[in-house]
Amino acid sequence: MHLQVENVSKKFGAGRSSKLVLDGINFTVKAGEFVALVGSSGSGKSTIMRLVAGLDRPTAGEILVNGVPVRAPGSDRGMVFQKYSLYPWLSAANNVAFGMKLQGRSERDVRERTAYFLEVVGLADAGRRMPRELSGGMQQRVAIARALAAEPQMLLLDEPFGALDIQIRESMQEFLHQLWKRTGLTALLITHDLEEALLLANQVHILAPRPGRIVRSVTVDLEQSPMAHLRVSRPFLELREELAQYLRSFDSAMVT
Amino acid sequence: MGRSWLRHPWVLGSTSVAFVVFLWWAITASGAVNSLFLPSPAAVWAAGQQQVQTGLLWKDLTASVGRVFGGFALSAIVALPLGMAMGSSRVICRLLEPLIGLLRYMPAPAFIPLLIIYFGLGELPKVLLIFIGTLFFNTLMIMDAVKFVPNELIETALTLGGRQPQVLIRVIAPYIAPQVIDAYRINMASAWNLVIVAELVAATEGLGKRISLAQRFLRTDEIFLGLILIGLIGLIIDLGFRLLLRRSCSWAN
Repeated sequence: MHLQVENVSKKFGAGRSSKLVLDGINFTVKAGEFVALVGSSGSGKSTIMRLVAGLDRPTAGEILVNGVPVRAPGSDRGMVFQKYSLYPWLSAANNVAFGMKLQGRSERDVRERTAYFLEVVGLADAGRRMPRELSGGMQQRVAIARALAAEPQMLLLDEPFGALDIQIRESMQEFLHQLWKRTGLTALLITHDLEEALLLANQVHILAPRPGRIVRSVTVDLEQSPMAHLRVSRPFLELREELAQYLRSFDSAMVT
Repeated sequence: MGRSWLRHPWVLGSTSVAFVVFLWWAITASGAVNSLFLPSPAAVWAAGQQQVQTGLLWKDLTASVGRVFGGFALSAIVALPLGMAMGSSRVICRLLEPLIGLLRYMPAPAFIPLLIIYFGLGELPKVLLIFIGTLFFNTLMIMDAVKFVPNELIETALTLGGRQPQVLIRVIAPYIAPQVIDAYRINMASAWNLVIVAELVAATEGLGKRISLAQRFLRTDEIFLGLILIGLIGLIIDLGFRLLLRRSCSWAN
């Protein structure tokens, strides 16, 4: 898996009322990498995600997956949305099985993989429960299992924990980090939370708003377990504070 | 908790019905109103028994119910794909919405003369009247339901490798199922209205026909009987739809 985003711009609307949302975005995600895009609202980060997923088309530039331009959504790029996107009429297990059934896998294959991925996200016993009977964190874990079960080459995470309480968010970050280490998945994460990006990703791109553009890229090589220790370690906090100040400078520039 | 029995949904509802029946009985028993205008409950019951014995009741009932189900089933079957197509395709929606918007404001009973000219006095014009009278409402309500399917649910299916027809069948259809059942439940009421109107105009049997005949002979007891039966059958159908909704779409409650 090799994702290349090359000089991508996106304009909404046409003529005088058109609005430039993304301006010349460049970055790559290689196999096994965890890349995060961080920005405040208005930085067009969700738009980038939609373009990579193939749900929208760029106005200029190109997005390539293994050298092939993205034209439409596909199961090679599994997506997890911020808002709970579980199918409310399907049990947790059937939600996980959903994508595999679309792909026409054999019944036995679907059953085995469903059980496996429910296990992976720690919900082996919750397969029969309906989405409304699950907590927000559990629902997101089912959504992640569903995306993984469809065997994507890359996981697109659009503020996956944005709607969760802080404690649950922290445990979900730990969960996702462990999952990444264990399965070697390739991931692109969109978040407004700098801490989350630095904890999870090994490559962080900072987006400035209006129009959205990458203003700084950081390679993170802070490895410390458990994550709770990393959160409060000095190098981590220093990096986080420095980048936070940098991000704020764009917000204040906007106010004046 | 002494009043917990009051909370049962049937208790208060049947109380109001019983009160109206009691009032009806009290007025007729007091002799304040001429029984020609207001027959007693007993007289209506007797009229009902007589119609059961002669077999008229069964004949009228099956005729009316048959027309309603025939016309409404046709409307439901056509409205489902039509509404789904309009809800999921902007082109089809723009193509058809003005037309349907116009047609649905033409009162269906106004089509009766035309239908009689085209198809005579048989079953077909009555079934078609119910079809025309409910098709557009069913279609528009299904279209609206499709438009409100959350985008995330559709896009999730697409990013899982789903194709457009799969999205329609595996995401949109199950999501709108409860609203479709509810739309049918609501529009079934107009189907009942229409069958009675059609039978008042031209029919040889049916609950509406019985009422119009009863008027000619001043048989208000039979008119009351017909009205009560129409109400009861409507109520039963409504409850049937609610039961179907609860059984088949428990996730939506």
